Amino acid sequence: MTPDQGTTSVRGRIAGPTGVIRLFAAGTADFGSHHAAFGPLPEMDRASLIDELLRSGLDGRGGAGFAAWQKLSSVPADGRHPAIVANGAEGEPLSKKDAALLHNAPHLVIDGLLIAGQSLGARELHLYAGAEQLDPVARALKERGESRIRVHEAPGTFISGEATAVVSAIAGGTPIPRDRTERLTKSGLNGRPTLLHNVETLAHLALISRFGAAWFRSLGTGSAPGTRLVTLSGNAGGPRVYEIPSGMALTDILLSIGIDPHTVQAALVGGYHGTWLAAEQLDAPFSKEGLAPLGARTGAGIIMTLGSGSCGLAATADILGYLARQSARQCGPCTNGLPAIASLVERLAYGDTDGKLPQEIRRLAALVTGRGSCAHPDGTARLASSALMAFGSDVEAHLRGRCEALR
Amino acid sequence: MRMHIDWTRCDGRGLCIELLPELLTRDDWGYPVGRGGSEIAIPQNLESAAHDARALCPTQALSLHG
Repeated sequence: MTPDQGTTSVRGRIAGPTGVIRLFAAGTADFGSHHAAFGPLPEMDRASLIDELLRSGLDGRGGAGFAAWQKLSSVPADGRHPAIVANGAEGEPLSKKDAALLHNAPHLVIDGLLIAGQSLGARELHLYAGAEQLDPVARALKERGESRIRVHEAPGTFISGEATAVVSAIAGGTPIPRDRTERLTKSGLNGRPTLLHNVETLAHLALISRFGAAWFRSLGTGSAPGTRLVTLSGNAGGPRVYEIPSGMALTDILLSIGIDPHTVQAALVGGYHGTWLAAEQLDAPFSKEGLAPLGARTGAGIIMTLGSGSCGLAATADILGYLARQSARQCGPCTNGLPAIASLVERLAYGDTDGKLPQEIRRLAALVTGRGSCAHPDGTARLASSALMAFGSDVEAHLRGRCEALR
Repeated sequence: MRMHIDWTRCDGRGLCIELLPELLTRDDWGYPVGRGGSEIAIPQNLESAAHDARALCPTQALSLHG
């Protein structure tokens, strides 16, 4: 790829956004507003991009939270031309942030893809997103006369955004996870080194390339720098997408958008593959470090609150049923184990008082973990186990034929 | 040496479990369970049994690395 003549400049001619609204600072999705807010595309070579990302502390926003600089630097600099993929597939029903980003700030994602591509000498650039996001993306590409990026439609399945499923889909195969013994950055799309980043990660990369690591770190906390997109839903409505400083306490996030934490019985953080936290755990910071002691993760920036009148076990049973149905049915432990776990939690939620249920749920959750070609069994097991912890006293109530939420 | 299980190929025929009883047991549905999930560490004295398991797996779900 060659840099765009006429659109490159030294960094710093336009100051970075000063408020918390960074990714959406252009206000509208058109290229004119984007250019006015952020200035021209910067020129970054591999070393300076990796260095800036390292100093910024940017981590991946697709769910796994892998350090952006580390993933980028694991692409071999051996003369092979890597493929870069912007992953905007959002099969997770509780996440709407990638859609919000592609509708309202598509040029920032495109910038990130172009900058990463240029710095790594990529010849192939791909953007993969759900059907409803293809129009704003196509419009943005047309506006800037950009023809180097190939756009692919992601199906609405839960696992369509899993990295190997994405690579398979772009190569013309079925969008389901593949077995892998090597990292995609070594051998991915058609055997080429492949860098796959979530669209939000690339949008932050585009801002960090322009305004620098110090600017990025001027919001957020030391271990969770910058801003992040979160999708909030639950007893107070939603889903709604917000851009917030990283590392805010969960209770402060709720308060800042007008939700009284006292109305919240528990919160599911990280999405359907995430972890239930009880009300008294919600003062934890919403960051990798803040949630780790609770066994939880930010995932794709998802928080779903559960009101005090709702049964957490019933809510969990519903989600587990969905996750079991979303299995690609390729791997035995997932195909068999997930419906079994879902059925046990459903029995516990809806009136079966067999005292062995919790123990059996824990046993099967441990049994399926780590035994699939992707992390779908692991995430589903995590959700089931965390429900038994967060709703521990309600589990006891259910085993006595009652429910704490419905009394 | 470690043995990688490709779960998308594994059909739970159980030959590997018979060849490597020191490392693998059968789960509720007949699929192999061992420490490490998809990456089973193979001690030196079982390397030859692991090679047999890889070669004899009817669905070619096993591969040996490092």
